[in-house]
Amino acid sequence: MAIKNLPVEECMIPGSAACPGCPATMALRIVFKALGKNTVMVVPACCTAVIESLYPNTSFDVPVMNIAFEAAAAGASGVEAALRQQGKGDTTVVAWAGDGGTYDIGIQALSGALERRTNFIYICYNNQIYSNTGIQRSGATPYGAWTTTTVGGKTEFRKEMGEIIQAHHIPYAAQACVSYPEDLYNKLKKAKDIKGPKYIEIMAPCPPGWRFGMEKTVDMGIMAVETGAWALYECENDVVTFNGKSKLILEEKIQRKSIEEWIKQQGRFSHLFKPKKDVKRIKTIEDHTDQIWERYRKKYL
Amino acid sequence: MKKYDVVTTISYPKKGAMGKTGSWRVFRPILDKTKCVKCLRCWIYCPEGTVIRNKDDTVDIDYEYCKGCGICANVCKVKAITMEREAMKK
Ligand SMILES: Cc1ncc(C[n+]2csc(CCOP(=O)(O)OP(=O)(O)O)c2C)c(N)n1
Ligand code: SF4
Ligand code: SF4
Ligand code: SF4
Repeated sequence: MAIKNLPVEECMIPGSAACPGCPATMALRIVFKALGKNTVMVVPACCTAVIESLYPNTSFDVPVMNIAFEAAAAGASGVEAALRQQGKGDTTVVAWAGDGGTYDIGIQALSGALERRTNFIYICYNNQIYSNTGIQRSGATPYGAWTTTTVGGKTEFRKEMGEIIQAHHIPYAAQACVSYPEDLYNKLKKAKDIKGPKYIEIMAPCPPGWRFGMEKTVDMGIMAVETGAWALYECENDVVTFNGKSKLILEEKIQRKSIEEWIKQQGRFSHLFKPKKDVKRIKTIEDHTDQIWERYRKKYL
Repeated sequence: MKKYDVVTTISYPKKGAMGKTGSWRVFRPILDKTKCVKCLRCWIYCPEGTVIRNKDDTVDIDYEYCKGCGICANVCKVKAITMEREAMKK
């Protein structure tokens, strides 16, 4: 789908509370374009609950139910059941949560909904931090990154949520990135037409959280993919297909760029470059990334 | 618009729910229509939806709500958008 063919209709109304350069609203515009107005969103505590803007107004032109931090998928299950009872089974139910609400606090509700085969799309916009509360580490924060709770840089590697999701053997799961709107749109369209639980995770580089200039959100997402820090793929009934540059990296048709090129542009990694380059920790990140891709190759090639 | 009679807090959609966010801007995107090749990259990437897509796929910027992030200028491959400091325009 070329950019020109993406629908003009918008459900994200200008004048929201999002930071300038926000990846969440960038992704939401595409989500609304792909899913259309016959959609109900369930949003737990996260930046998006703020981005919706202040009572009595909202910047979202679709029905949204706000719910407790850990409860997005449980709430969506209830909404889906209620709509079905009312004969509105054609309405798309979306749970939309941050990585904190997905990898950590909401994982139990999410796993339950996937296991119960709830007919909904769970979307995680992954900005690799708890940004709404001022940048704390999450299970999605990469090794070495500064957050307010990892002041010297995170000492653990990030979780592989994709693999946890795959263990539920749901009909459709995908990883996308805000920088590739056509790919994201196609994945959402596909998910919309499949019955049962669907999971889509969107890489969402956050300017204040990652400490980069607000004009660079798209660049940071492209670099995440080209360095192999993030992979674009979809998993349909347990068959995994890599997409775009990630496919070329998987098949070793191109080499991934060094992670250093991506992290040196983000203030959250500046302690790895100043006052002196931390060669050891940068190598740890590169090696870990290589290991992930080696695992992908063994499993999916 | 339909209002719902239920006992809970409901917000209703509104343009500028957080006010005229154009006032947040430090830099203003200036579009040179003679350079634009109608690729619509600025339109699809604008996080605020303030690049307006016209019927003929030309674009305009909604300065009332544009937050001045500069993403449109950054993704434009023919440099048809430049960022200028707001104060200089006055
Ligand atoms: C049970 C509970 N604990 C803590 C909070 C405070 N809280 C609100 S939003 C948030 C962070 C959300 O992080 P994430 O899910 O990653 O979304 P983001 O803010 O990054 O968009 C926290 C900790 C809460 N609302 N409820
Ligand atoms: S902190 Fe990041 S994700 Fe949250 S509103 Fe700001 S830019 Fe968006
Ligand atoms: S500066 Fe940012 S908010 Fe304004 S039109 Fe460009 S991309 Fe949109
Ligand atoms: S990105 Fe540049 S060339 Fe493309 S539509 Fe926008 S202004 Fe025109």
